[in-house]
Amino acid sequence: MSRIGVFVCHCGENIARTVDVAAVAEAIKDHPGVAFATDYKYMCSDPGQTMVKEAIEEHKLTGVVIAACSPHMHERTFRRACDQAGLNKYMCEMANIREHCSWIHEDRADATAKAIDIARTIVEKVKHNKPLESIRIPVTKRALVIGGGIAGIQAALDIADGGHQVVLIEKEASIGGHMSQLSETFPTLDCSQCILTPRMVEAYQHPNITLHTWSEVEKVDGYIGNFEVTIRKKARSVNEDLCNGCGDCQAACPAKRIPSEFEAGLGMRTAIYVPFPQAVPNIPVLDRQNCTLYKGRRKGLAKDACGKCKEACLKGAIDYDTEDTFIKEDIGAIVVATGFQLYSIGREQPEGLKGYGEYGYGEVPDVIDGLQFERLASASGPTAGAILRPSDGKEPTTVVFVHCVGSRDPEKGMKYCSKICCMYNAKHAMLYKHKVHEGRAVAFYMDIRAAGKGYDEFSRRAIEEDQAEYIRGRVSRIYRDGGKVKVWGYDTLSQEQVVIDADMVVLATAIRPQPGVEQLAQTLSISYDENGFINEAHPKLRPVETNTAGVFVAGACQAPRDIPDSVAMASAAGAKVMSLFSADELEREPAVAVVNENTCIGCMNCANVCAYGAIEQREICTVDGQVCGHVAYVNPGVCQGCGTCQAVCLSKSVELQTFTDEQVYSEINALCFWE
Amino acid sequence: MSDPTQARSAQHAGAAAGEFEPRITAFVCNWCTYTGADLAGTSRLNMASNVRIIRLPCTGRIDPLFIIKSFERGADGVIVSGCHPADCHYTSGNYHARRRFAVFHDLMEFIGVDPRRMTFSWVSASEGAKWRDVVDEAVTNVRELGPFDAYRALAPEDESDAAEASAAAVAAAKSVAATGSVAAAKSVTAEAEAS
Amino acid sequence: MTDEHTLAGAGAGEARTPARYAYYPGCSLHGTSREFDESLRAVAAALGVSLTEIPDWSCCGASSGHTTDHMLGVALPARNLAIAEEQGFDQVLAPCAACYNRLSAARLAVDTEAGFAERVPEIIGRPFANSVEVHNAVELLRDAAPAIEEKVAAALVPNPLDGVKLAAYYGCLLVRPFEVCGYDDPERPTSMDEVIAACGAEPVDWNMKVECCGGSFSVSRTASVVRLGRSIIEDARANGAEAIVVACPLCHSNLDLRQKAMVQRGSRPMPVLFVTQLVGLALGLTPVELGMPRHFVNTEPFLADLVQRAAERVAAEQKVKEEAAAKAAARREKAGV
Repeated sequence: MSRIGVFVCHCGENIARTVDVAAVAEAIKDHPGVAFATDYKYMCSDPGQTMVKEAIEEHKLTGVVIAACSPHMHERTFRRACDQAGLNKYMCEMANIREHCSWIHEDRADATAKAIDIARTIVEKVKHNKPLESIRIPVTKRALVIGGGIAGIQAALDIADGGHQVVLIEKEASIGGHMSQLSETFPTLDCSQCILTPRMVEAYQHPNITLHTWSEVEKVDGYIGNFEVTIRKKARSVNEDLCNGCGDCQAACPAKRIPSEFEAGLGMRTAIYVPFPQAVPNIPVLDRQNCTLYKGRRKGLAKDACGKCKEACLKGAIDYDTEDTFIKEDIGAIVVATGFQLYSIGREQPEGLKGYGEYGYGEVPDVIDGLQFERLASASGPTAGAILRPSDGKEPTTVVFVHCVGSRDPEKGMKYCSKICCMYNAKHAMLYKHKVHEGRAVAFYMDIRAAGKGYDEFSRRAIEEDQAEYIRGRVSRIYRDGGKVKVWGYDTLSQEQVVIDADMVVLATAIRPQPGVEQLAQTLSISYDENGFINEAHPKLRPVETNTAGVFVAGACQAPRDIPDSVAMASAAGAKVMSLFSADELEREPAVAVVNENTCIGCMNCANVCAYGAIEQREICTVDGQVCGHVAYVNPGVCQGCGTCQAVCLSKSVELQTFTDEQVYSEINALCFWE
Repeated sequence: MSDPTQARSAQHAGAAAGEFEPRITAFVCNWCTYTGADLAGTSRLNMASNVRIIRLPCTGRIDPLFIIKSFERGADGVIVSGCHPADCHYTSGNYHARRRFAVFHDLMEFIGVDPRRMTFSWVSASEGAKWRDVVDEAVTNVRELGPFDAYRALAPEDESDAAEASAAAVAAAKSVAATGSVAAAKSVTAEAEAS
Repeated sequence: MTDEHTLAGAGAGEARTPARYAYYPGCSLHGTSREFDESLRAVAAALGVSLTEIPDWSCCGASSGHTTDHMLGVALPARNLAIAEEQGFDQVLAPCAACYNRLSAARLAVDTEAGFAERVPEIIGRPFANSVEVHNAVELLRDAAPAIEEKVAAALVPNPLDGVKLAAYYGCLLVRPFEVCGYDDPERPTSMDEVIAACGAEPVDWNMKVECCGGSFSVSRTASVVRLGRSIIEDARANGAEAIVVACPLCHSNLDLRQKAMVQRGSRPMPVLFVTQLVGLALGLTPVELGMPRHFVNTEPFLADLVQRAAERVAAEQKVKEEAAAKAAARREKAGV
């Protein structure tokens, strides 16, 4: 006989303002199976939880229903309280009368009636709950970090320093990410590579870190603590064990005019290349798309058209016939740190975005973006740190910086703020003025977002010390006018149109997630928002977890973010991984499917629909060991608890614990409407 | 289009005046739509109060009999909602649900249940506003179709005690809410028991 | 008042079914830009396109109608579309950019705004299913570009436009707003450039393609129109254009009628041609047929120059051919044939 306790929460005013909580408790008190009902201001507080524990003891409760917020919020809290009071925690459920009731309705009568319905429904469900025990599974103490930018490197180092194995994979030929392209970082104007390369080397040399560059995630199977990850190591054409980084192959390569991705298109590289001199590992990669030899092979030439790099290599490290290889790793936790790319203003755009025809669709040579400016300013860049125009190599005397190109713009498809551009624009204005003392730096802005430590002071410096002119207004057109770049803008504060004959324009284009991130997310079963940024589990309280247990997220792939915040987030993700690895066994929720072998007819419909391959065939033998049939068996370590098998079971033999048919039908029946 | 809150209050006013207010059961998946509905709550998006949510881990768990049972027990409409294609937390549960629902939809039409009483939607965890729209649209559609009485004629005369008690509880609650008096509710319950 | 142009000499071997449009001239085409109408009809005939003027057509509301009241601004053009529908057409040709924009905007409003589909037929007193498509002259010519190219190549007279640099000027209403027009990029359109290329000329890349000419401020704020027009003409000139091509009566009148005030005394005038006149010239029609004498900026010197350059080109090619033939003959002699 059920003895269920119902606790109705006021949640301060959040529920009580709209729902008559006392009336709910009163109405449910006499419901068959309810032994105790009360209401209280804050059930999740210490006294609230104590109330539950005391009631369990006093009224000998066999089940508990908390009518309050969403189970996503506090189910864990109350289940823990019940467990402490000696009641199996799976006999505790929450009735959502806040997010699904008090917060979305205004009429008190309607909301109260609905709250009573909701509470009653869950009471009826709990009558059919069973005391369940957690499933224990082993944990593989090896982490996978996807992405070798500053966030990925930080997370890898933290976990490795904590004594655990880390596999760090990076899709480019070197780790370092966009931070390696920057010249100086705000707000300190530290040299970016100077602070980054020690970290890169540390990650490369760390005994606990296995680094795979020029590699991507191919497949992920399994679940928290027990992932099996297949990594595709793309064909480098260079043997990583033999190569000593001498660079002779690059010197010998005849294809010297390939636009360099690292130089953001402003410089050239060879077909066999390392992205930059400080690359880690310092092992080149052969770009088969642009290599003369491979072009010849694709055309079907009988003899290889080139072989200069192989000839030049004294270590014999070059092999033109390598293919992509695959590595399987057992992984316990995954950190996604794939970073960002910049929005391009060109005509060709992915679905949902528009280019900037007003600014020339990227066809005006002296209109560049932030990363390109970084390469110009960088001492190791294509101009050795001199600010020069791409069109004619002359020093620009007037540079216009345009904020918010694509960001905060629903018309272009990106409603969000990219967070870092106000800061790097100030930095760029300062860098320009430091190098071209008589130059004129003009910035068109909407608002100045400089909220970090020392950030506002930094952005004021650009104006007060370096005489950058800040104009509050948008730019309506940018086009080439002879040797100049014409900029038409508006000054909203003086209410005048502004026309500037600039020598160069730097656009602060929006931050976007890396291409291919949606496929990666689907591979990992994590979700992403309409802009492609990875979704965190809870925006306030769980910023580094995703909704898939065991998969964490760090850095700009979750939202636009600067370096200090990316590093902090990476360390946070690292801490989560360490906490996961701190026990040898992981407790899994017992929400798994169980087959009743007595009624199972062995049709294996369930196995056909199981997305995880968790269902196997098990033979049934007679007393003398003869096989007389087979039934289905669900592996509790693999089952994820979706219940699809139950919906296709012809004999109603498989039951998903915590969502059995009895439980669901009791909820449906409880919503009995006939009057 | 005037202030939407007004339009929604008008719904309630209509109910008070004795107009038909449909009862709708929603079967939603925990990871996407339930969370999306939570987000609608966190964002304080006002919507019609006719929908009662039953949480399931995945839309793939939904047995078509759940829907038929809901209609049998007096629901005027049903909503089934889960993750967008390719985004199912369990990879493919929502595809099974979609296929099942397609066949089921034809079956319901065949036996004479107006398929407009059933709504099938994809609502992700970040689509609070979309959930609100799905709810409001379903309520409007079903309200236009009127009450679903076909099963009422089939219901046996001697209902189980639980059903009666539940019905009494509902009546009591409405009385409390309307009069603000618990005592009045008690007397309503006593009356119902006496009858 | 019906005005029918039949399929005149659609060209040898023209197997395609000619397009059939209901024709909406609006006030300008029969008035101040009569040459646009003349050249359009001449070119339509040459391409085998039939134009039937919409009977009892009325104002489209492009000047004051749509700024007075939104519903009025929709009902006025819708009336003409409803008549076209009634007459059994599924396409309307509105060459005037402003008329085109209002007719298209009316279609969008009736399609998307709540209650318009019911209210508009009530107001205009006719049924309206919003089924006719609305196009402008640039779209028509762009879609006919392959046919134009063919005809130009097959023509016997040398194409005077061969290699001539022209600036395609779209103005505001042909391509904006994108939700209304939708057939070309609103910031860097290319449809008229394609027509220019089909005629054998070279469309220049320039910066004022979609910058305003001042529109109807021609009378009330002439100084603004002069300033705007000047920057358009000078940018075209700076980018190598010898003439500007337009497809809007008001753009034409602003750049042509008002040009004297815009350009510096003594500088070369910049002829302004309608896109239909351009295509007509390429197809071998005469300037008179195309209404070119009506322009304020005299086009005769420009056309004469083009004809001369074409003749010089032909002569030069002829000379090259003769020289090659002579060389070949000399080689044969040497070889002792």
